[in-house]
Amino acid sequence: MLSLIEVVISILLLIGTFFVFSSSLGLLRFPDVYSRLHAATKSATLGVAGVLLAAFLFFLFDEDMVSGKLILGILFVLLTAPVSGHMISRAAYRTGVPLSDRSIKDELHDIYNEKKMDQNDSMD
Amino acid sequence: MSPFLNTVTWICLIVNAISIAMLLYRAIKGPSNPDRVVAIDTIGINLISMTGIIAIHLNTTQLNDIILLIGILTFIATVAIAKFLEKGVIIDRSRD
Repeated sequence: MLSLIEVVISILLLIGTFFVFSSSLGLLRFPDVYSRLHAATKSATLGVAGVLLAAFLFFLFDEDMVSGKLILGILFVLLTAPVSGHMISRAAYRTGVPLSDRSIKDELHDIYNEKKMDQNDSMD
Repeated sequence: MSPFLNTVTWICLIVNAISIAMLLYRAIKGPSNPDRVVAIDTIGINLISMTGIIAIHLNTTQLNDIILLIGILTFIATVAIAKFLEKGVIIDRSRD
C-alpha cells in the first residue's frame, strides 16, 4: 500500500536528482569555466537540499527520529557552495583563464588591469 | 521499505552515477585547472546526495555523519586548491 509520505519523499528525491543531473550536464556542455561555475553552484546546491530533505522526512516518519545532522548538512552546503564558487572564480580570473568567444562583456577587465598597473608603479 | 520507494531510490542512484561519470570526464579533460577544481567540487556534492539516497535505501541512520563529513572535506579541499591556484601557497600572511 502506497502511503502519502512515500509519494512526497519520492517526488523530493526525483527533484533533487534532476537538479544534480542537470548541473552535471551543464558542467559538461557549457563553454568556459565561469558559466560552468554558474551551473555547478546553483543547481547542485538545490539538488542536495532536495535529497537531504527527502532523507530527513524519511527518518522522521519511518523511525520517528529528528535528525539534526541532516538539517545541519543542508545548511552547511547552502552556506559553503557560494563561497567555494566565488573562490574558484576569483582564482580563475586572476590566473588569466580566458572567457569564451561567445561572451559579450568583461566588466572587470579595465578595473583589474588598472589596479595591476598601479601595483607595478608602486613597486618601481 | 515499499517496492515503490525501492525503485525510486534505484533510479536516483543510477542517474547520480551517470552524472558522476560525466563530471569525471570534465575533471580529466578540462582545458584549465579551475575547470578541474569545479568538477571535483561538484563530484563531492554528488557524493553527498548519493549518500543520502543510500541512507534511504538501506534504511539506516548511520550514514548521517558521513554526509556532514563529506560536505566539510569538500569545502576545505576546494578552498585550499583555489588558494593554491591563485597564489602558489595555501597559508600566507599577506593582507591582500
